[in-house]
Amino acid sequence: MNMQKLSRREFVVSTLSAAGGLAIGVSTSADAASLSVRPWGNDALKHSGEINAWVLIEPDDTVIIRYGRAEMGQGSFTALPQILTEELECDWTFVKPEYASANRNHKENKVYGSLSTGGSRAVRETGEMVQQAGASARERLIAAAAKRWNVAATDCKAAMSKVTHTPTGRTFRFGELAAEAALIKLDKEPAIKKADQFKFIGQRIARLDVPHKINGTAIYGIDISVPNMVHAAIIACPVFGGTVKSVDERPIAGARGILQVVKLRDAVAVVADRYFRAKAALDKLAIEWEVGAAGSTDSLQFRKDYITALDQTGAVARHDGNVDAAMPGAAKVIEAVYDAPIIAHAPMEPLNATAHVQGDRVDVWVGTQNADMALTFAAQASGVKPENVYIHNTFSGGGFGRRLRPDEVAQAVAVSKAIGKPVKLLWSREEEIRQGRYRTQAAIRFKAGFDAKGTAIAYDIRNSAGSSNPQAVRNGLDPQTTQGLITTAYKLPNLRVTSIIKNTHVPLGPWRAPGHSQNVFFMESFIDEMALAAGQDPIKFRRSLLAHRADFQQVLDVLESKSDWGKPMPAGKGRGMAIHESYDSIVGMVAEVAVSNGEVKVERVVIACDCGVVVNPRGVETQLEGGMIYGLSAALFGEITVKNGRVVEGNFDTYPVVRLKDAPKTEVYLTPTPGKKWGGVGEPGATMIQPAVTNAIFAATGKRLRSLPIRNHNLSGAA
Amino acid sequence: MVNIKVNGTSHQIDVEGDTPLLWVLREEIGLTGTKFGCGIAACGACTVHVNGQAVRSCAMPIASVDGADITTIEGLSADSRHPVQQAWLTEEVPQCGYCQSGQIMATAAYLKSNPNPTDADIDANLTNICRCGTYERLRRAVHRAAAMMKI
Repeated sequence: MNMQKLSRREFVVSTLSAAGGLAIGVSTSADAASLSVRPWGNDALKHSGEINAWVLIEPDDTVIIRYGRAEMGQGSFTALPQILTEELECDWTFVKPEYASANRNHKENKVYGSLSTGGSRAVRETGEMVQQAGASARERLIAAAAKRWNVAATDCKAAMSKVTHTPTGRTFRFGELAAEAALIKLDKEPAIKKADQFKFIGQRIARLDVPHKINGTAIYGIDISVPNMVHAAIIACPVFGGTVKSVDERPIAGARGILQVVKLRDAVAVVADRYFRAKAALDKLAIEWEVGAAGSTDSLQFRKDYITALDQTGAVARHDGNVDAAMPGAAKVIEAVYDAPIIAHAPMEPLNATAHVQGDRVDVWVGTQNADMALTFAAQASGVKPENVYIHNTFSGGGFGRRLRPDEVAQAVAVSKAIGKPVKLLWSREEEIRQGRYRTQAAIRFKAGFDAKGTAIAYDIRNSAGSSNPQAVRNGLDPQTTQGLITTAYKLPNLRVTSIIKNTHVPLGPWRAPGHSQNVFFMESFIDEMALAAGQDPIKFRRSLLAHRADFQQVLDVLESKSDWGKPMPAGKGRGMAIHESYDSIVGMVAEVAVSNGEVKVERVVIACDCGVVVNPRGVETQLEGGMIYGLSAALFGEITVKNGRVVEGNFDTYPVVRLKDAPKTEVYLTPTPGKKWGGVGEPGATMIQPAVTNAIFAATGKRLRSLPIRNHNLSGAA
Repeated sequence: MVNIKVNGTSHQIDVEGDTPLLWVLREEIGLTGTKFGCGIAACGACTVHVNGQAVRSCAMPIASVDGADITTIEGLSADSRHPVQQAWLTEEVPQCGYCQSGQIMATAAYLKSNPNPTDADIDANLTNICRCGTYERLRRAVHRAAAMMKI
């Protein structure tokens, strides 16, 4: 019976040429689980082989594993099924993961937990949940087999998608047992495996989505096509918070393929038979906007305002010891102000969604980080009950936090409702850059006091930053704006963090490692300034403030040895480092830079990471490499400016990002300490690189950069 | 009316002459492997081969490619067998994957002009954007593909 399965998974072992006889050795599916190019799951609630919400086993042994997060390239569509497979004891080649249904998650009281994929949470917070689901399904399959044989379950074991009665060697396939297993109630849920029992978790297995991403077959939101679908291009008021005043449609009168102009409160969409026609027409429309007072704001003023805000007292977010008592006794005090600009996410796939509102049902096809919120937004925009909204989650062309808030879904649903047809709505790149949910502008003032021996005795930190969720601010504090500051592992007898929340009309959102992103740049730069003031090597100085953390010391050991730390470098070159704990992972980086004629080139980056359990080393390495590049774009180039209330930058010509020529040679070393922690790795990489590079620039040139991006600083003559 | 050959099949296209080739491929012919990233030929997600040359199709008016022979990611090979695709698979280059059709098409064309690229050559000539930051693996995959193509 398994033969039938194997033949269904037929594949081509690629041999490049008969003459050369080189076996490439990589197949697309036979040695692995298989993922559909259209990975959205079935919204039907029950099926006879469904053992629990996460696991469904077909009579032919196919194991459908529901994936309750989003795949935007971080690999957890492979990692979470890998975890479940560890417990289920199924054959990995029979596994077919699919997206968990957001509709069902709504109807069944969050049976999949949160489908939102942010905070490096996919494995970190869902890992044990799916482990339990797998263990529970396995025990039910064993119980079903034991019942059929009328033997004790303790004499049976599961392996490779079969249950075996050990004393007699009899077996049942999982597919033969699933329907009965689904009806079995266990007295108690089984224990899940401990890290030292893992066999499949920790293996360097191939990512399941990759074969679809080398031949153009993976279906992203932008690739969706449904019968009778029309296309929409959209522009929202370029001054955030503004509204549509008037639209002059005369310039597009008679244009080919144009179906309708749809006016929303704050945006205008053109609907046509093709996207390119909709977009061309949109560009020709004469639109007047109601912009209000925000229409006279600009970035230069914002920057001044954030820095001036540091003169306010601020709310106390953390206070160890007594900084006011200790600081006057310091033999030496250093002080510095840093700031960071607004930045955009710029995922490769501009936001888009396909929506079909028909009567009391809504269907949405979208690559989203947040299928739960997509469902809520679609319900609100259509007036249809949430239980009648179906989100078909596609692959997404990057997220990085931008796809956590599905603005595009609300728009697509509103347009579909207005025109009574299924519509694919696509943002231009300019729209994506100018309608972001940006990383906040921020400023910070540091003050550090040292005793006569150079030991740091008092540390005072005050920041000003915008809250992406002002309703959640309590006692003047938003945990996200002080992330990385209040959570610092550095131990000083007197340490205080105060914070000022300051918002403008610019909408904010989580940018890969929100809070940490700018705060780690600040903290890890100033720690280097403190090391200099104390007359110590940056790594030695950090070690002294982290003496209580063996895990940090181990990451520093690896970093120090692998990066050739301390080895002299030629003039104009320098090495800088940074280390930080976030999302339960400790990540350290050393960057080597060369500064020549004012140009900065990051030549090499060494990354060391302790994330606890490593589900798939390949996945962890890739996330750290990618996070580093994402943060490097911010460090070197990232800046969104505002003039007359609107974002000036619009595309990759004015909002440059790292390309191959800017990408350093990268090495990643995983140094997990034993223990049970499941650290996240999607975000940390984006933070450390920013200060590692500016610290390296200081080492190379003696010039301390206290603001980003680096390209705004004139480094010619500095080295 | 414009005539183009795409992946070996001839098409007669009835669209406005200034329509970018990208949208003809995606919406008229239904080949969605070629992606829209920027619309100004800045990111390369839309790279295809026009008469064997890598071209950013989002800013290429259809009227200017009348009579051309065009290859998209779907036509690069049957069963992902092209050495660049195989190298991409082995090095597991893609993350979100959205830019990778363009990266693969740009690399396949480049390796024809320079079968022995150094890292510096690769950095200077492959200029497509990847926001996931797959560059380290991408560079390794280009070398691997170059080696495979020599066999």
